[in-house]
Amino acid sequence: MVAGFGVELENVWVQFDSFVAVRNANVRIEPGEFFSFLGPSGCGKTTILRTISGFLEPSRGVVRIGGRDMAGIGPNRRPTALIFQNLALFPLMRVWENIAFALEVRGAGVAERRRRAEQLLELIALPGQGDKLVHELSGGQKQRVAIARALCAEPQVLLLDEPLSALDLKLRQHMRTELRAIQRQVGLTFVYITHDQGEALAMSDHVAVMREGVIEQIADGRTLYDDPATTFVASFVGENNAFPGRVTAEADGMAVIETAVGHLRARIATAARGQLAPGDRAMVFVRPEALAVAGPGVLPGEGRIAGRVTAEEFDGPSYHLFLEGPGGTPIKTSLVNHGIGRSSSIGATLTLAFDPMKAVALPAGELAQEE
Amino acid sequence: MKPLAWTRQFVERNGWPLAAYIVLAVSFWVLVLIVLPQLVMVDFSLRFDLPPAKQGGPEDVWTLANYRYFLFGPPGDPLGWNYVDLAVFARTLIAAVFVTLFDLAICYPIAYYLAQAASVRAARMLAVALVIPYWVNEILRAFAFRIIFGTGGLINTLLLTIGLVDQPIDFIRANVALYAGLSYAYVLLMVFPIYNAIESLDRNQIEAARDLGAPWWRIHWRVVIPFAKPGITSGCTMVFMLAAGALAAPQILGGPSSLWFTQIIYRTFFESVNWPRGAAYAVILLVVCTLLVLLVMRLFKVRLGEVGR
Repeated sequence: MVAGFGVELENVWVQFDSFVAVRNANVRIEPGEFFSFLGPSGCGKTTILRTISGFLEPSRGVVRIGGRDMAGIGPNRRPTALIFQNLALFPLMRVWENIAFALEVRGAGVAERRRRAEQLLELIALPGQGDKLVHELSGGQKQRVAIARALCAEPQVLLLDEPLSALDLKLRQHMRTELRAIQRQVGLTFVYITHDQGEALAMSDHVAVMREGVIEQIADGRTLYDDPATTFVASFVGENNAFPGRVTAEADGMAVIETAVGHLRARIATAARGQLAPGDRAMVFVRPEALAVAGPGVLPGEGRIAGRVTAEEFDGPSYHLFLEGPGGTPIKTSLVNHGIGRSSSIGATLTLAFDPMKAVALPAGELAQEE
Repeated sequence: MKPLAWTRQFVERNGWPLAAYIVLAVSFWVLVLIVLPQLVMVDFSLRFDLPPAKQGGPEDVWTLANYRYFLFGPPGDPLGWNYVDLAVFARTLIAAVFVTLFDLAICYPIAYYLAQAASVRAARMLAVALVIPYWVNEILRAFAFRIIFGTGGLINTLLLTIGLVDQPIDFIRANVALYAGLSYAYVLLMVFPIYNAIESLDRNQIEAARDLGAPWWRIHWRVVIPFAKPGITSGCTMVFMLAAGALAAPQILGGPSSLWFTQIIYRTFFESVNWPRGAAYAVILLVVCTLLVLLVMRLFKVRLGEVGR
């Protein structure tokens, strides 16, 4: 099966008047992979997608698709197909006409268009629905029709601009699995844009995390979550407790940082090796699920944080406790629900413990200065 | 919904003073200003042209004579058909269709540009530039066109100077001035309905079509024009109706040998002082134009309700 084309961005800058939307992006997307750009709104991820699809030309730098420089090639002549955030299905055409539009453009006859549309309808599990009008479909069905319409153009790279954001939670989770299945089946390169880190982690082979036009880290989901390269990645991807402070000691890839909640030992993130020396401002990140209620005896090397419980949240599989540590530091911990009747602990003082290998130390960037 | 329940809800929603005002104003508008005068005209058209003394007398009965006259001319006319009036009528309709198509051709791109391509600032400037010329009144505008298109006018002077022609072209006799003047007069009525329709088109639709490989003409043919169809119909209807019913522009800009059907109606009323026949001709113009519009709407599968969008 064809594995689609790879996409390369080399020193790409996109500038609108005085506003820099994308700053020196360098990305290498392998053929056939599911690649996501993740970031808050306004971080430049949609601009990158529009640059790959050809609706925007980079102010500087090179976009290559399948090894070919795309400069001066319009969106209608690139081997990409874009799925819009609002899908942009043609409301006045029937479903099959929508799907086969790319063939119509190439001058294919009605019979061929219908045949191909029907094939694609089978692929997206909507056989025989070609004669319906777009507004007669449900949200999830429209989603799939948009994918079929894009696939009909036989692109090498499929670009998806937050296509699931309009769906409700259940359907969104279902469509994640389905999108991934379709990607495996057609074997194309998928480039996916989202602000939802759950979506990005669940579907992607690799994720680029963006902030204010800059790509902060490109990695697979596990690495992003467990070994973030910047304080922004650490706090944007998943939930995290952040403790700013100063390095007091550093050895063997571990650092001790003096924070408001005490001296915390943590593993120095891979990207920050050699960047933390005693006296530097740093941040320790501890995931809520890495914090547990401390046992009676202190384990060797174990980190400890004490705080008063101010709120509790129960969501079925886990309890989330919100604590206030020394100096008003907010702390969150997630405890597994073991199913035994458990009384509220609001108001109680708890000591939490964590494994320093599961805590990450990073140089305090702009994040610490803001606080 | 039942009319009674609807009325109650309408009054509750708007409060009775506003509800009463709306009902009164709309009924006055529809009945007194539209339906009644037309009915009077129809009544006129169905009567003989009698001197005042005989009006209301035994001879004052309903008749189709005026309509007959339009088709066949005076009774016993050897020609069989009223060629003069029929020809003017046909020519008027064809010319109105031509003016409509011409307006559509120049206004669709303007409307598209205004609605989708232009920046907010540029769109506003262009809209103002389109509207301001209409502050000049119609007669003045028509005379200005006469001056521009006259044998000694701006265009001919220009053509003679650059040596493109050696004799001035009589644009007025060739009706070029008339068609240009009429087209110009209704540009706004074509631009704004189409603009309204295209403005609500999701830009992503255009980009999606482009992304799927469509060249610009196919994007218009398959995406923009179908979407703008109600606006296009609305614009075309207005321009056609008004062009077919125009009087001032043909009077001022029409060539000496050409007549607009409205001029025949005008002369019948005020020169021949034959109100019944004038009324019949006016009714014919109205009915035929309306039927034509409905026919075209049917052909292009536009429903009447959509035009009002």
